[in-house]
Amino acid sequence: MSNLNAEIETPVSNTNTLLSARELTCIREERVLFEALELNISAGDIVQIEGPNGAGKTSLLRILAGLSQPYDGTIYFQDKAVAEQREAFHQNLLYLGHLPGVKGEMTAQENLEFNLALHGLSSDTAEATLAEVNLLGFEDALASHLSAGQHRRISLARLWQSQHKVWILDEPFTAIDKLGVEKLEQLFVQHADNGGCVILTTHQDLSLPAERVKKVTLAYRFY
Amino acid sequence: MTQLSYRAAFSLIVKRDLMIAFRHRDDIVNPLLFFIIVVSLFPLGVGPESTTLSRIAPGIIWVAALLSTLLSLDRLFKSDHADGSLEQMLLSPHPVFILVIAKIFAHWLLTGLPLILIAPLLAVLLHLHESSYGALMLTLLLGTPVLSLLGAIGVALTVGIKKGGVLLSLLVLPLYIPVLIFATSAIDTAAMNLPYNGQLAIIAAIFFGSLTLAPFAVSAALKVSTN
Repeated sequence: MSNLNAEIETPVSNTNTLLSARELTCIREERVLFEALELNISAGDIVQIEGPNGAGKTSLLRILAGLSQPYDGTIYFQDKAVAEQREAFHQNLLYLGHLPGVKGEMTAQENLEFNLALHGLSSDTAEATLAEVNLLGFEDALASHLSAGQHRRISLARLWQSQHKVWILDEPFTAIDKLGVEKLEQLFVQHADNGGCVILTTHQDLSLPAERVKKVTLAYRFY
Repeated sequence: MTQLSYRAAFSLIVKRDLMIAFRHRDDIVNPLLFFIIVVSLFPLGVGPESTTLSRIAPGIIWVAALLSTLLSLDRLFKSDHADGSLEQMLLSPHPVFILVIAKIFAHWLLTGLPLILIAPLLAVLLHLHESSYGALMLTLLLGTPVLSLLGAIGVALTVGIKKGGVLLSLLVLPLYIPVLIFATSAIDTAAMNLPYNGQLAIIAAIFFGSLTLAPFAVSAALKVSTN
């Protein structure tokens, strides 16, 4: 095992590799979710993580985003360990988890403006961006008066403004209607064509051509 | 992409927290009301005798301030953790230190500052010794930020736990005790017209110590809690 490690220690230098994981192991509740997982995600990739409930999809995404620590292994962003360049990595990372991160006490527009400003993006066009996610007319409605799908839309709206290279999206289509899903898929392709990458989990079948989407399958392990 | 300066990130978070608090006024009013009720019940319970009241006034005001801060601590990170905005803040390109100190500052503005403003009025109610008012205000001014700073460590540690209320009090109250002891001692000393610089210096030292160190502890605790 140690020989193998030595070979892998220096990731293959590929200028297009955005995010890569080496020897990733995750253990939850004394169960190994995945072991020595290798991932290489390049600019232009749309990666769908598949697997049954409890297989570790969310854990993997949280580890890739740096929210959770893996039991073993390292994440590299543009061939440099993420731990050594937290701020540079976060400037290029957009992560949306299960929770939309929307404040009920603020209006749709205030929520979006805060999220954009927090990530250093201009919030001048927030209103136009809300129109993209069909929330026109709800700008000034308190988020607590909106539905779950609309919350999800508020948090997804920042994708339209995003200049981050790496998008990590955990179940982005939850509570989103068909038309919305189509629009998001188009946005993913556009983002990938512009040199970004998208890593997502979803139980829905993407309507994108099969060669466009790379699939990573996590199996449910019982030990 | 324009990178926000530290100051801009700080004021962004403070403004947001203040806005949320003003739209959800219970959060500001409840701890303050608790403080007023506790202090004003004492003259009824102990009796209106001014010598007894003025003897125990510093203790009553400080214990009530401590408990009302404890009551308000929960909202420091709990709701942000519950709706996912804490994750987003941790993943923003700013140092977690800045975000944490901004949240603590907003918490102090909403809980510590109202206490300081209302305290002299309640002190009249308790017949606090005339020469003690300065000491009362100074100890509250230096002490209440410490309550917010140290409390934040406890909240950050227990934020992932569903019912962490009791654990939070157990963690945080022992840390509050030095502030309580030196603050009440300063006010007592002032009532005897003696210099209380020593006690004040110790509270100031605790304040600056926790101001510089607590945000690091809070950042580390938040990372563990969201893991």
